[in-house]
Amino acid sequence: MSEPTNIKSIPAGLPGRRGKIFVEKPRNSKQVIFRLWKYLRKQKILLLIIVALLLINTTTTLVGSYLLRPIINKYILPHNIPGLARMIFLLLGIYLLGSIAGIFQNRLMIVVAQKTISIIRIDLFNRIQSLPLKFFDTHVHGELMSRFTNDIDNISDSLNTSVTQFLASALTLSGIIVMMIYISPLLTLVTLVIVPLMLLVASQIIKRSKKFFTSQQVALGAVNGFVEEMITGQKVVKVFCYEENIAKEFEAINYDLRYKATQAQLYSGVMMPVIQNLNTINFALTAAVGGLLAVLKGLDIGGLAAFLQYSRQFGRPVNEISSEYNSLQSALAGAERIFEILDEIPEIPDLPDAIPLKNVKGDIQFSNVMFGYDPDKIILKNISLRAKAGQKIAFVGSTGAGKTTITNLLPRFYDIQSGLITVDGIDIKKLQRNSLRSSLAMVLQDTHLFTATVMENIRYGKLEATDKEVIDAAILAGADSFITRLPKGYQSILENDGGNLSQGQRQLLNIARATVAKPAILILDEATSSIDTRTEQIIQKGMDQLMQGRTSLVIAHRLSTVHNADEIMVLENGEIIERGTHEALLKQKGRYYELYTGQFD
Amino acid sequence: MKKYFPYLLKYKKALWLAPLLVIVDVVCEIFQPALMSKIVDQGISQKNLHYILTTGGLMVGLSIIAIAANVGNIYYSSTASVGFSAELRKGMFNKIQQFSFSNLDKFSSSSLTTRLTNDVNILQDVIVMLLRLLIRAPLMLLFAAIIAVQINAGLATVIAIAIPVLSTCIYFLLRRGFPFFEKMQKRLDKVNAVVQENLINVRVIKSFVREDFEKKKFGGANEDLREMSVKASGIVVLIMPVMQLVMNVSIVAIVWFGGNKIIAGTFQVGQLMSFITYITQILMSLTMLSMTIMTFSRAGASSERILEVLNTEPDIIDSPLAKEKDLHVHKGKVEFKNVFFKYHADGSEYVLKNINVIINPGETVAIIGATGSSKSTLVQLIPRLYDVTRGNILVDDADVRNYTLQNLRNGVSMVLQQNELFSGTIRQNLKWGDINATDEEIIAAAKDAQAHDFIMSFPKQYESILGQSGVNVSGGQKQRLCIARAILKKPPILILDDSTSAVDTATDAKIRAALKLHLHGTTTFVIAQRISSIQSADKIILLDNGEIIGSGTHNELIKTSSIYQEIYFSQQLKEVDQV
Ligand SMILES: Nc1ncnc2c1ncn2[C@@H]1O[C@H](COP(=O)(O)OP(=O)(O)O)[C@@H](O)[C@H]1O
Ligand SMILES: Nc1ncnc2c1ncn2[C@@H]1O[C@H](COP(=O)(O)OP(=O)(O)O)[C@@H](O)[C@H]1O
Ligand SMILES: [Mg+2]
Repeated sequence: MSEPTNIKSIPAGLPGRRGKIFVEKPRNSKQVIFRLWKYLRKQKILLLIIVALLLINTTTTLVGSYLLRPIINKYILPHNIPGLARMIFLLLGIYLLGSIAGIFQNRLMIVVAQKTISIIRIDLFNRIQSLPLKFFDTHVHGELMSRFTNDIDNISDSLNTSVTQFLASALTLSGIIVMMIYISPLLTLVTLVIVPLMLLVASQIIKRSKKFFTSQQVALGAVNGFVEEMITGQKVVKVFCYEENIAKEFEAINYDLRYKATQAQLYSGVMMPVIQNLNTINFALTAAVGGLLAVLKGLDIGGLAAFLQYSRQFGRPVNEISSEYNSLQSALAGAERIFEILDEIPEIPDLPDAIPLKNVKGDIQFSNVMFGYDPDKIILKNISLRAKAGQKIAFVGSTGAGKTTITNLLPRFYDIQSGLITVDGIDIKKLQRNSLRSSLAMVLQDTHLFTATVMENIRYGKLEATDKEVIDAAILAGADSFITRLPKGYQSILENDGGNLSQGQRQLLNIARATVAKPAILILDEATSSIDTRTEQIIQKGMDQLMQGRTSLVIAHRLSTVHNADEIMVLENGEIIERGTHEALLKQKGRYYELYTGQFD
Repeated sequence: MKKYFPYLLKYKKALWLAPLLVIVDVVCEIFQPALMSKIVDQGISQKNLHYILTTGGLMVGLSIIAIAANVGNIYYSSTASVGFSAELRKGMFNKIQQFSFSNLDKFSSSSLTTRLTNDVNILQDVIVMLLRLLIRAPLMLLFAAIIAVQINAGLATVIAIAIPVLSTCIYFLLRRGFPFFEKMQKRLDKVNAVVQENLINVRVIKSFVREDFEKKKFGGANEDLREMSVKASGIVVLIMPVMQLVMNVSIVAIVWFGGNKIIAGTFQVGQLMSFITYITQILMSLTMLSMTIMTFSRAGASSERILEVLNTEPDIIDSPLAKEKDLHVHKGKVEFKNVFFKYHADGSEYVLKNINVIINPGETVAIIGATGSSKSTLVQLIPRLYDVTRGNILVDDADVRNYTLQNLRNGVSMVLQQNELFSGTIRQNLKWGDINATDEEIIAAAKDAQAHDFIMSFPKQYESILGQSGVNVSGGQKQRLCIARAILKKPPILILDDSTSAVDTATDAKIRAALKLHLHGTTTFVIAQRISSIQSADKIILLDNGEIIGSGTHNELIKTSSIYQEIYFSQQLKEVDQV
């Protein structure tokens, strides 16, 4: 994003359905083509071979039809049968060569095209991986997914056939023009008279179809975004009987897509027949003038026949160019949207002299930290705190106070506006981000699981963990007992973000995943909020065991889980208003005391 | 195929007009080569200027008619094909809206999304082809063949040989290609699923620094897709050169035989030229036809995936009886009678066993129990998110299956454990509870849910834009928005499934007080972990492993249930210590 998006401004990627103004950046087609070319260029050698094969194929077609003239003039008219037979074999050989070249050229192009597409897709994915969280906060998933499928498909279709068709047609066209000039410069002039008219018509059509292809892809993205979001949230739709309202909203964006797609289809479809018929008109004119020349100037009949043959052939590449050009336009519309993402600014890279975090002790310090997701709206005000290596620091306070936000800053999910955060005395901005993140494990408030087995899901915390380590972690996290009761135990496959588990079970798996990582720093953000208190006690024991010698930051509303913390921070409105041990805070009879006693009414 | 007719119905006119215009165009086009050869043979060879000019004029006239016919055809075919795909998308979307939870559990949302856009687009291409090419190709072929035979029946045997040869080649290519397309769409699904999961789980990936791991995972899915695309497309693109070969060989044959005939004096140069033109046209039409068939066979794979959605029978639907009775929920009495439930019919164990309980209108019922003891499952049966396997659930003394889903769910408001908000403003999200709610009602609900204050602290207040599933508000704020949304519905029955777990205790207490005050007639189900949240309930149900192992008020349970005592003391111990 070129400008910082924030909650106030409309996020760039939310679908247009809710009063979103879509600003379509006009982009330079040449730039897009150049960038596509940069991808294709990676397979230069294959491309060269393809072009060579293409040349062979095109030349044979041209030569083949050129030979018609000598065949008629030199062999058929003078009744030379053996000569005709020789020429026939020659012709056969030429065509055979052309077809073989054609087959290889087409196959190779598919290989090149699909390779290119796959590289683009990977680049797109990798770029998305490197984008800051802010990007994800403001884009709906389905809209991004559409770029991976619908937009890339456009490029793929076009690369598969259109690019070579386009080249071949252009080659054929220039070959034909050369031949025509060779036969009769005058007639060529007549043939070409109509070309400016064709170009004019074509450019008008193309301009419009380009515009509608671009807006069609945007609209398709919006539909994809809406569908993905509503299907993912389908259970809420059911609960609120919102089906009809959703359907109405869908109808609006669906019909918007229909309008734009119809226009795109219309303009792209009209191109070919119009050009084709202009060409026929052209032929008629040429024939008339040619006839005049034959009558008046005595142009040889064989020559005129061959010329008219070219004149007819002239039409085909022109048709093809015009229809392929349209397919290229739709590809460019897709490519544009892909480059849009590739141009997003990734997380700020590590400083050149960034140091890896090694042998982490886990000494964390925040000094005068100020932060807001939106720089205009400061959420954390002047936060200073210290977690010495091995300590357990707890954060309590009402929701929205900024507890999660604090834990989001440590792994540099978001960068702070001012102040300093250090780990083991080093400014985290000076650390290699990955080494920083690897030294801590987080259990997030929202549980997230992958489509994989339970075993693999836990192992996500530490990829090289053995089965035994995974099971030990599950036991420590109190997850083992329910896992073993699943039909396939640790090999049960989780789907739809753990949709077939209860929420508490999902939390247990999330805890197990962090446990297996055995990090120097552990962050638990309301990790047990949906777990019953008896199970929680079991986990508590496990966690206390795990946290031995590790620094931990714990957020919880159930104060029983944090009373043994080395220090408890009470947060309110982004400020730490009280801090101290459980006992000290109770004595203080302040906010913490209120919270604590309030719990039991 | 029949399944698609309803979606085309709106475009009936286009369905016959487009092909009609194609016929007009073909007729115009088919005469052009004949006219061309006549210009050469009769006009030019005989130096007949007048003939040349009239024929040329005729050709121009035909071209203009053809342009008009074409533009018309393009107009109708575009409208119809795009319109068809829009209707089909709508139909699929509406179908999915009817799916029950268990229907939904069977499809992944990423796959459904691909089906609604990508697969539908492929069908759209088919309709375009159908309306533009399908009639054109055989018609051209037919006309061209007739004329070719007229020019010279002997030479036409070349065509009679070429056509079957080409058809056979194409047939074999298509047969090889089809299965690849099916696999290709599946692999596309997979790519899509990885992308979607990455978008959802981005925080997990970043915190565990698993970008490389994910890249590898994606790389695998991507490579699989590439491989299949190369296979599938690699076959399609062979059609072109193969047809080129057959065409060229035929031309060579015609030059040979035609040349011999000219030498023998039974044939003319101009005729040879137009014969070549026609045979080119015949074979081109054949290719066109086969390209259409190719698109069809690719679409076959997509069509199957679309039909899978359209043919899924929603397993929770309104019974005719329910529609007739048109019952509404008024009082809010709920009764479970010998209820047994499992998620999969073939599952071995019941998730809920022999549940019997009666809740009177206006009562507050709390459900507690260990994680996975089926608390959420129990309450999801009330608005028929799932249907009981055995037994009955009665609302206002009528079986839930005797209500229409609409009426039942309008009477039961629920906050699901997994909160789900949608991209859009806060106001739009709250209006899910009641689309006609006034500003005052919205604010009142937000106040009861203790959400008003924090909403007002946002720069744009009720117009603040939420990201997908509410990523840009804190967990507790999300929960309070969900509660506000649910109470805006003012239902006779309200279900709160662990909906204050991320809310601090003080705010939780305030929410409870507000609900008590403003929703006193409402039957309320509360699932919670904190005893403090449920202590004052009229009835507490203690679940363990899908069975009710105790029920009663707090005071009763604390005396009778040892498990309840245990839960209670696990939360009270520290305070007892302290005081
Ligand atoms: N991704 C985000 N983008 C913008 N604002 C956010 C985001 N996440 C949280 N906020 C806002 O920051 C404030 C603090 O939230 P948070 O730290 O999650 O609170 P909690 O103390 O409940 O963990 C809240 O007002 C919330 O709306
Ligand atoms: N959609 C589902 N499909 C299959 N099994 C499920 C589904 N949802 C929950 N379960 C299983 O049913 C049991 C009860 O889950 P749930 O009612 O969510 O428990 P909780 O008491 O924690 O709310 C759990 O063992 C869970 O794995
Ligand atoms: Mg639950």
